[in-house]
Amino acid sequence: MSSEVKKTESYVEKPKSLAELRAEIASGRTKAADLAASYYERIARANPRLNVYLSLTKERALEQAERVDALAEKGDPLPELAGVPVAIKDVLVMQGAPSTAGSKILQGYRPPYDATAVAKLDAAGAVLLGKLNCDEFAMGSSTENSAYGPVRNPVDPERVPGGSSGGSAAAVAANLAVATLGSDTGGSIRQPASFCGVVGVLPTYGRVSRYGLIAFASSLDRVGPFAANVRDAATMLGAIAGHDPKDATSSAAPVPDYAAQSDRPVEGLRLGVPVEYFAEGLDDEVRAAIESGIVALKAAGCTVVPVSLPHTRYAVPTYYLVATAEASANLARFDGVRYGYRSAASESLSALYSHSRDEGFGAEVKRRILLGTYALSAGYYDAYYLKAQQVRRLLAEEYLRAFAEVDAIVTPTSPVPAFKLGEKTGDPLAMYLADIYTVTASLAGICGVTVPCGTTQAGLPVGMQVLAGHLQEGTAFRVARAVEAAGL
Amino acid sequence: MTVKVTVEDVERVAELAHLELAAEETPRMRHDLNAILDYVAELNELDTSGVTPLAQASELLHAEAGKLRADLVRPSLDRAVVMAQAPETDQAFFKVPKVIER
Repeated sequence: MSSEVKKTESYVEKPKSLAELRAEIASGRTKAADLAASYYERIARANPRLNVYLSLTKERALEQAERVDALAEKGDPLPELAGVPVAIKDVLVMQGAPSTAGSKILQGYRPPYDATAVAKLDAAGAVLLGKLNCDEFAMGSSTENSAYGPVRNPVDPERVPGGSSGGSAAAVAANLAVATLGSDTGGSIRQPASFCGVVGVLPTYGRVSRYGLIAFASSLDRVGPFAANVRDAATMLGAIAGHDPKDATSSAAPVPDYAAQSDRPVEGLRLGVPVEYFAEGLDDEVRAAIESGIVALKAAGCTVVPVSLPHTRYAVPTYYLVATAEASANLARFDGVRYGYRSAASESLSALYSHSRDEGFGAEVKRRILLGTYALSAGYYDAYYLKAQQVRRLLAEEYLRAFAEVDAIVTPTSPVPAFKLGEKTGDPLAMYLADIYTVTASLAGICGVTVPCGTTQAGLPVGMQVLAGHLQEGTAFRVARAVEAAGL
Repeated sequence: MTVKVTVEDVERVAELAHLELAAEETPRMRHDLNAILDYVAELNELDTSGVTPLAQASELLHAEAGKLRADLVRPSLDRAVVMAQAPETDQAFFKVPKVIER
C-alpha cells in the first residue's frame, strides 16, 4: 500500500471467512454470543467516525447467538450461516426495528414484519446486528443523500463509500459485519462495493424476493449481498435467493449451489469487453487496473474478445425516465396518514399531504418524484415512459445477443475511484460513464458481481464488474473468483 | 420542436405530486424538467415502431410470470400493530383533517 493512505486514518479490516467462522463456532472455540459482543464493541468504536449503522438490534442478535451456541454445545447440525454477524441496509424491513430508508419521513417507523431476505438469513442462523445507513430511498451514489449524515469510506474517511448502499459496503470493508445486504436499482450495490474494496452481487431481477424492500423503482430494484470474498458472497446469495409467493416478480427457477459453482475453473470461458465502456472519462489508473485483471483472466485460460453494445448510450435517458417514473408512484404512499412523519397542524387533507412530504423528503428525492410525475402525466405517458420501455427492450435484446457469443462481459464497475465527500466527481463525462457502467445491466435484468481488482497509486480500491446472462450468477462468480485469485 | 417547460408546468407537476416547491426551488426544477425533454429527444433518435415495451425484465426469463395465487381470504396484519405506527388514530381508523367542507 502506498504511503498516502497510511498517512490518513484507515479503518480497513478484512472479516474472517464464513468457513473459518463456521469451524470456530461449531467446535465451540468461539461462542456466537461473544462474537456478536465483539462486533458491537468494534461498532461502538468506529461508528461515531464512519456513521455506518443507523440502529442496532442487540436483543434480537443476542437471542439468535444464544440459540446458535445451544445447538453447537449439543453437537446438533448448525444452519448454514449459524452465528455469522450480518447487517441490513435500512431499506429492508426488520420486524420491530427502526426502518428509515435513510429518510426523515420514516423516522420512528417500526415495521410489523421481516423482509423475506431478512427472514431467510434469520432462518439460516445469521446474527442480525442492525440497520445500515444509505442514500435516502436508495436514491444516490455516494450516501451523501442520507438524512442521517453521510457514511465515510473505511479506506479513507475523507472519501465517500459510494451509494446508495454505502453503509452495507463500508460495514464489510471495516469488519463491522462479516456480510451485509444492500439493494441495487441503478448500481447501488456494485458501485459502493467497488469504492470500498469488497465484493458485491447484483442478482438477476427476480432471483431474490423484494418483499419487505422499501420500493424505489419496482422493475429495477434488486436485493443483494456484500461480502469480503467471492465464495462468501456466493454463499450469501444462495441463502437469500428463491421463489417467494409474496413477490409476484420472483423467479421460480431452482437455486443452485453458487459457492460450488464459483469453485469451477474458468478455462475455456469466452469473455467480452464492451468497446463503448472504454471511452473518455475513464480514469487512467482504473483502466490500468482493469487491464491487469483481464490479463489475469487470459492467464487463467479465458478467451477475451471485444464486443459492441451500440445502444449503450441510450441506457442513461431510458433509466432516468423509467426509474423516476416508478419512484414517483412508489413514493406516493408517504403522505403522513398511516405511518411515518406527519406535519403538525395542517388546515386540510391536501395540505397534510404536501406539508408532510415537503418536510419529510430530502431535495434529491423530491426532485426525482417531480421528474417521474412529469414523465407519467397525462399527454406525456406514451411519448416518455412508454418510449423508454420500448428502448429498454432493445437494450435487453442487445445483451441477450452478446451473451450468445460470450459467457460473461467484464467492465470497470466505476470509471473513477472513491471521490472526496462534498466533491461529487465534477467531470460530467465521468459521471455519464458511471451511469452507463451500471444502469444498462439494471434495465436488462441480467446479473453481475463486482470484485476488487487492484488499487490506484493512492491506495483506493478499483472494482471489476463481471456481468452474466439471466440466472447465470454461477458464471459471474467463477470469473470473479479467478480475478480474486490473481491477488492484484 | 423542443417544447420548453414553463413555470406553470412545474407548479402543475408539483400539485400532482403533492409537493410544495419554495419560490427559490422552482427555477432549478424547471431546468431539471427541461433535461427530461433532452433525454426524450435522445430516445426519439431510435425507431421503436413495432417494439413491445419491456416493463418487466422477468418476462425475458421465461419464468412463471403471471402465475396468480388463489383468491382466498387470509388473515392480514394485526390492526393494533398497524395502528401503533399511525400518527393519529382512534385505534380503528387513521385520523386526518376534515375533507368535506359544509
